[in-house]
Amino acid sequence: MDTNVITIEHLKKSFGKNQVLKDINLNIVKGENLVVCGKSGSGKSVLIKCLVGLIEPDGGKVVLLGKDIDGLDSTALNELRKKVGFLFQSAALYDSMNVRENLSFPLRDLKSKSPEDIEALVVEALANVGLEDVAEKMPSELSGGQRKRIGLARTLILKPEIILYDEPTTGLDPITSKEISQLILDIQKKYNTTSIIITHDVECMRITSNRMIIIKDGVSVAEGTFDELSASDDEWVRSFFQ
Amino acid sequence: MPDEMKSTATDKVTARIPAVYTNALTGFFEAATSGSLFTIRFFKEIVKPRYEFSEFLKQSYLIGYKSFPLVAITGFIMGLVLTIQSRPTLVQFGAESWLPAMVAISIIREIGPVITALIFAGKVGSGIGAELASMKVTEQIDAMEVSGNNPYKYLVVTRVMAATLMLPVLVTIADAIALYGAYVGVNLQGNVSFHLFFLQVFEKLEFLDVFPALIKTFFFGFSVGIIGCYKGYNATKGTEGVGESANSAVVFASLAVFIIDMVAVQITSLFI
Repeated sequence: MDTNVITIEHLKKSFGKNQVLKDINLNIVKGENLVVCGKSGSGKSVLIKCLVGLIEPDGGKVVLLGKDIDGLDSTALNELRKKVGFLFQSAALYDSMNVRENLSFPLRDLKSKSPEDIEALVVEALANVGLEDVAEKMPSELSGGQRKRIGLARTLILKPEIILYDEPTTGLDPITSKEISQLILDIQKKYNTTSIIITHDVECMRITSNRMIIIKDGVSVAEGTFDELSASDDEWVRSFFQ
Repeated sequence: MPDEMKSTATDKVTARIPAVYTNALTGFFEAATSGSLFTIRFFKEIVKPRYEFSEFLKQSYLIGYKSFPLVAITGFIMGLVLTIQSRPTLVQFGAESWLPAMVAISIIREIGPVITALIFAGKVGSGIGAELASMKVTEQIDAMEVSGNNPYKYLVVTRVMAATLMLPVLVTIADAIALYGAYVGVNLQGNVSFHLFFLQVFEKLEFLDVFPALIKTFFFGFSVGIIGCYKGYNATKGTEGVGESANSAVVFASLAVFIIDMVAVQITSLFI
């Protein structure tokens, strides 16, 4: 039987008079990659930020790994967040830290890890993204693709059960985009992670998605596999795949 | 009066107040509430483990040690200029011998702490405001939060603590250098030995000149730190917000320094 890892029921969020999310309902099972599409400003990033409590929804319910995030205190929420990785659009590397410090930062609260364990995890995370030789570099010395990879490595270092990707291939050339998309797929296979991927990149959708939804005016208007949606009768839906 | 009539009367009054005033008032109260909650959170977070000691030391180095040259130069010029400017007036009254004591009391009580705090607000307040604002708009603070860490504790508590503890040290050093500047100023137009100058300074200085002045510098440091952090941590509007945060951090921190100084003077005057 499939286990729901993420359950979203009637999620609503407004900013002033602008109702960004009107009624989002989703169930995502373990090991699934769900791609979320929609026009810019349709609330895709707001949706995944609501999942980790970065934005407080106005209504509805979010259950992550069996826990309703609305009822969690800050300590419990932080514990839950350690099981959820988040790759930001800009990678959000800490400018004042080098790559090694960036990667080890999420591990600092884990008292069970010795410095040797942490170093081993850093090396493993760098190997996972194919960048073993940049540990001493500062984020400003990295290319856009390398920054995304290091962001992904930092996300992976806590071995999250869920990973949320906010436009992982934006601003990258087609070859690097394809490499990042393949990396997302490899991570899913290697660690059996559950992912939500927000993207407009057709190649990324094709490579990474098990299922897709398209958001319009704050609600999910289409759902299916890449092949189903790309052959949809609705011209508006098909336009995302051109 | 029936409810309907009451409501109509209220609407008429409200309609007469231009929206710009009501918006400004609402904005003021929102900012005051949010700033107060931000400050209250500091006192809650500071007692809770984990303690970010290494980051605190790093910030103390950046905030304290890196501000030293600027504070030292300012202190020296402050003492020198004050002495040169005060001499003619004291000479007119035949009170030239009072120059070291008068300059020392002015520097230790008021000019040293306030000028150093203003320099500190300009350098450190804007630096903290810009750094945190930049982290905010590039989602680095969000990234810390989603990784299960506490960015407030790591970024805000350490910086505010460093600012609170480093400013008194800087003021003490600035005061000492300003007194040396005063000694140089005295000797530009006279001839007073180093020993005699400082003997005159310390003869006239009392506990109530030094202690309250030192205590208020902790409050100056705290206000510079917390305002810089608040402005940076709550930055919006992308890169434009970074400049705005840095700028408003300096403005509000400088204002806070003057307000704290005014309150401190009132309290100190009760004991003198």
